[in-house]
Amino acid sequence: MSHSDSFIRKYIFSTDHKIIGIQYILTGLAMALVGGTLAGLIRLQLGWPGLQWPLLGKLMPVGMPSGVMTPEFYMALVTMHGTIMVFFFMSFVLVSGFGNYVVPLQIGARDMAFPLLNMLSYWIGLLGAIVILLSFFVQGGAAAAGWTAYPPLSAVASAMPGSALGQTLWLLAMALFIASFTMSGLNIVATVLSLRAPGMSMMRMPLTVWSYFISAIMGLLAFPPLTAAAIMLLFDRHFDTSFFLPSGLIVAGKLLPNHGGSPLLWQHLFWFLGHPEVYVLILPALGIALDMLPVFSRKPVFGYRLSVYCLMIVAVLSMIVWGHHMFVSGMSPFSGEYFSISTMLITVPMTIIGVNMLGSLWGARITLATPMLFALGIIALFGVGGFGGLFLGNATADMQLHDTYFVVGHFHLMIGGVTLLGTFAGIYYWFPKMFGRQMSEALGKAHFWLTFLPFFTVFFMQHFVGLQGAPRRYYAFTTYEYLNRTHGQNVVISLVAFLLMAGQLVFALNFIWSLVAGRASERNPWHATTLEWETSSPPPHGNFVEIPTVHRWAYEYSVAGEALDYTPQTVPARQVAVTA
Amino acid sequence: MATHTVEPVIDRWGGGACPFAAGWRKVMMWAFIVTDGLLFAGFLASYGYARLMAERWPPQQEVFSISYLAVMTFVLISSSATMASAVVAAGASDRRATTRFVLLTILGGVAFLGMQAYEWAHLIGEGATLTHNPWGDPSFGSYFFLLTGFHGSHVLTGLIVLCVTAWHSAGGRSSANGVEIAGLYWHFVDLVWVFIFTLFYLV
Repeated sequence: MSHSDSFIRKYIFSTDHKIIGIQYILTGLAMALVGGTLAGLIRLQLGWPGLQWPLLGKLMPVGMPSGVMTPEFYMALVTMHGTIMVFFFMSFVLVSGFGNYVVPLQIGARDMAFPLLNMLSYWIGLLGAIVILLSFFVQGGAAAAGWTAYPPLSAVASAMPGSALGQTLWLLAMALFIASFTMSGLNIVATVLSLRAPGMSMMRMPLTVWSYFISAIMGLLAFPPLTAAAIMLLFDRHFDTSFFLPSGLIVAGKLLPNHGGSPLLWQHLFWFLGHPEVYVLILPALGIALDMLPVFSRKPVFGYRLSVYCLMIVAVLSMIVWGHHMFVSGMSPFSGEYFSISTMLITVPMTIIGVNMLGSLWGARITLATPMLFALGIIALFGVGGFGGLFLGNATADMQLHDTYFVVGHFHLMIGGVTLLGTFAGIYYWFPKMFGRQMSEALGKAHFWLTFLPFFTVFFMQHFVGLQGAPRRYYAFTTYEYLNRTHGQNVVISLVAFLLMAGQLVFALNFIWSLVAGRASERNPWHATTLEWETSSPPPHGNFVEIPTVHRWAYEYSVAGEALDYTPQTVPARQVAVTA
Repeated sequence: MATHTVEPVIDRWGGGACPFAAGWRKVMMWAFIVTDGLLFAGFLASYGYARLMAERWPPQQEVFSISYLAVMTFVLISSSATMASAVVAAGASDRRATTRFVLLTILGGVAFLGMQAYEWAHLIGEGATLTHNPWGDPSFGSYFFLLTGFHGSHVLTGLIVLCVTAWHSAGGRSSANGVEIAGLYWHFVDLVWVFIFTLFYLV
């Protein structure tokens, strides 16, 4: 709790969970800039395939010689956009960033259970981010086998330029990321179990903490099989084993000596991680939304216990549905039926969570502050995106829709959109706590509309491009006549996507301006009940002058007969009656 | 902040303490063990997948000397017993006995690794590599080296942890909790071997 730490100990190599959280958030936002730029290049190609962009050609002489993108570079863009956004933006900012910053504060702990491990987790994660960025500059360019890294593209170094050193660095970056994410997850699990303040029983924890706790457990369970697969892929690449390479494989006219492996094994191992991973990302966004609705509607969250149980059920079910990503892999129809039914089962708890969100709004006085706008946006995207999931989870429909833009549209609404809005909701909501200043509400609202409307348009339209049969990851729609009629739609999608990117400049401006010159914030600007608002903004090292004692749940809003319309969790029952 | 009277803690999950009457270190080690166990589950599941696909899986009793492996397994399981004794001794604050039993455990672990190295050398001498082996399906060799190699690396990690524990214990700087956590990891490594032994060598 010393305040005499040097600048480097305090802000760079800090073991304080708040500083580490902010480091994660800032690193993730920087990575989002890279991932967003890649998306811009992708949209440039899809909107106007074959058009010359001389300036870009000068900037990227290998990827875009004479200003026209090569197909290999396009594949690398798609791969790296997905990898960076999922692992180095969403996981960094939403899961590790806010998880680090908010969880100890909301349970009334002084820090994470193991601060040193926490610091290590950030620096190893940062190393992973640096490796993935460097992979653009090696011989052959960045990995190009998709964010799913399916063999043989990812296993045979001669398969395409990106399969060479770029793929090795991709695996290295993933190994670093997994190590970092595991450390972070171990910390969150141990912290939530062991370091809750007196009175903070599990069923008094805010839903945000619940969602982080469950998502950390899922991460710990889902990542190890991918680690195993990544190790085996490294062996295939560098020690000539055939874990994922079948007999009789011919690449570039040459018969490979491999024997007896199966690329499907990778798909199973990858999706055993990959499916829970999307819930690892989306649950915190849902938890944040569930917690923001009561603050801005001034009434208790609807169905707290039910939401907790549903989060748990979703977590369990998400571990046993990975096969719905592989319906067209030639799996037995009986397996397909099992995976369809289990996937459909997930919609039950998910829908209950969605209905609980709507229930939280029922009959409320809603304040449309910026975090609330983003929370409401989450409900919208979650509803529409989830509806698309019904089609994809059904093997019969998925046979048609698999690997089309319908899938791209669906997952962007869900793990792209819900998590993006959750991230922004979190930033606008906790910014005063992190930096002691308020962000501009006017710019914030402009940013919301410039994010929500274009985002929804882009990915809603992609569903229809997919219904017309456009496959994802194709370099250009001009190669096939039946895809030519999607030209107009692709141009519109690209233009709206650029509007979406331009809208993020408003956020950047707001963030930087508020950091420097934002209005000073009071301790509890949103009049919220959770523990992080009971300490100063920003909180001191050690968080609380005295560890608070918790007397009630986190949703005591508008208790009848009370002067204040909120009762913080620390107020004893003899002062204000406990309602739940 | 006003001072509040602390409500009596009704249940173990009520906050203010770890619900398992154990510190966060032990909770974290348990979580890590589950994670690490799933890494081996991934390897073993892949091995099962490959074996189901293989046209002819080599007959293990001809490739391996099962009696030699039984001795190896016995050595490793015995080291779990000595580790348990070390934990009991540490709980009774018997420093000398703790150190002695941890050292015995280390001895068992080193013997196991030595026998494993001899088995590797023997099979490599007979022509087994990561990509080829004289007995049939090439993935037999790949999975053999993968599974035993990764288990061996875990034994080695465990030995390093135990060496540090023994050193701390001899110097009087170890806690019963620390010895117990090291023991948890060691038992886990042994348990993984039981799975590998059963699923790869016997079945």
